[in-house]
Amino acid sequence: MTTSMASSAELDAAPPAPAPAAPGAEAALPAAAPEPGPRVPEECGVLTRGFNLWYGDFQALVDVSACIKPRRITALIGPSGCGKTTLLRSFNRMNERFTGVRTSGEISILGKNILDPDVSLIELRKAVGMVFQRPNPLPLSIYENMVFGLRIHGGAGRASRAGERETVEKALREVFLWDAVKDRLGARATELQLEQQQKLCIARLLPLKPEILLMDEPCSALDAEATEAVEELLDGLRSRYTIVIVTHNMAQARRVSDDCLFMLSGRLVEQSPTAELFVNPRDKRTEEYIQGRYG
Amino acid sequence: MISLLKIMLLLALVAGVLYLMYLIYRYCERTMVTLIHICGVSAIVFVFGIFFFIFREGAPFLLKDFDFGGFFLSDKWYPTSEENPRFGILALVAGTGSVTVLAMLFAVPFGLGTAVFISEFCGRKTKEALKILVEFLAAVPSVVWGFIGMMVMNPLIIKLADAPVGLNVLNAGIVVGLMAVPVIVSIAEDAIRAVPDEYRAAAEALGATRWQVVRKVIFPAAKSGLLAAVLLGVGRAVGETMAVLMATGQSINIPFDGNAPFFHPLQSVQTLTATIAAELGEAPSGGHHYQALFTLGIVLFAITFAINLVADLIVKGIRKGK
Repeated sequence: MTTSMASSAELDAAPPAPAPAAPGAEAALPAAAPEPGPRVPEECGVLTRGFNLWYGDFQALVDVSACIKPRRITALIGPSGCGKTTLLRSFNRMNERFTGVRTSGEISILGKNILDPDVSLIELRKAVGMVFQRPNPLPLSIYENMVFGLRIHGGAGRASRAGERETVEKALREVFLWDAVKDRLGARATELQLEQQQKLCIARLLPLKPEILLMDEPCSALDAEATEAVEELLDGLRSRYTIVIVTHNMAQARRVSDDCLFMLSGRLVEQSPTAELFVNPRDKRTEEYIQGRYG
Repeated sequence: MISLLKIMLLLALVAGVLYLMYLIYRYCERTMVTLIHICGVSAIVFVFGIFFFIFREGAPFLLKDFDFGGFFLSDKWYPTSEENPRFGILALVAGTGSVTVLAMLFAVPFGLGTAVFISEFCGRKTKEALKILVEFLAAVPSVVWGFIGMMVMNPLIIKLADAPVGLNVLNAGIVVGLMAVPVIVSIAEDAIRAVPDEYRAAAEALGATRWQVVRKVIFPAAKSGLLAAVLLGVGRAVGETMAVLMATGQSINIPFDGNAPFFHPLQSVQTLTATIAAELGEAPSGGHHYQALFTLGIVLFAITFAINLVADLIVKGIRKGK
């Protein structure tokens, strides 16, 4: 771990900080006491305990307690509006871009509650990368997109030019994009095909050596072939990163993920290994959803 | 009584015209379309009309015994001399140039900074309030800016800079700079708002701070619009008349020379626009002086046309480059 958060790893032995009392919290399940989270947090890449989130008066996430295992691909599934994207965006606190968002509870990443006021958003987002629904390369060259993260995190001064190039090549190779773009690294990234743009968006996270990659329906703007290519690349990243992927496509969840989280109306309904969840769902609602009764 | 009658007649006329327009609208789609076409084409007609008018008045001066060197390269502007009238505009161009450059030194950082603050850093309520205030700033009549130059800046400059006169390039530069700010802010704000939010999200998700987002994403993405904003600000500064007339001191001077620091903002100057405004009323119609002033108009027209053309080409070029 390269970020400063590693130094605070010992904090996770301490009891979780008291959740900031949020007005309207009484709306959140007065009866259900927060479930005690899994006993061994080291086994979780991302651990949430009694996490609630409000957009203004609307409660989008209700008492979510989940453990996302490290070095595996976890799919967040559920019908539209169930809060899966909101949960995903909570892991790098991207929800804070919107006004009127309040949270309570705890999200532990690398043993640190990322909702604590002393957490550096910059370091958090360095450790937790994000890929968006629509490919969103910056309107710069391919190369500049790749080194954007390195440079804003102050790597440019120290890393030699050659070292930077090497890092870029390595990351582009990891997403199988190097051969396609090696001769035109100076070209504008927004001129690439959508599939290549999305691969670039994944690749530009890698030079920062993130622990966790968040993917918000990364294939929804892509055609079938491109989807396959991206899924293939996810498979290659599986063993090195903790990947959380939101998907509407149950077949995709089945193909790529190791674990599944099924959500409904802002609540986490079921969390199981993918093979188990699709074959033998524990909850009635999960069963109905995977059979396509709603969603 | 008669004036009341006149007013009533006028009102009746207006009502009649409106009723006629209503009839046209009601019964004749085609007429309406034609009218709209005429409105659209009128812009072209006006531009050429203005050019033709100015050129017609200035042409005799330009075509008959026109002395290029004596006009452009001489700073001797003695249009009313009995024996030897001379029309050298170099000092006037230098006056316009120096005021414009100084105005942009204030207006560009200030205007772009305000635009960035409004669109990227402040909350929604502050944003609305600021936008209204900036628009209000744009609505201040230029003669009022002239007052500010004379009554506020003048004593201030005398006191702070220990200058003999407070009406000078510095004074006009600050006043015109403030006048150009609202133009720059509103165009630059549009340009920044046009940057897709996906870009901001992407950069923020990579851990960029707000300033890094602005510097590395917003500025490159909005650069054509920002450049257009700056050039429109320049156009505003070049064309401004009343405020500079009041704030520059109206003294024909070239505020540049060979002695360090080469540019002397505490000297009074006179600009092209202010010269026309101040002297046209006293120049006998059709005379040499009168024609020379219209030639100044042609020069001004050429300058603003060139600025707009450059802005347009840059914007188009950048768009193509995408």
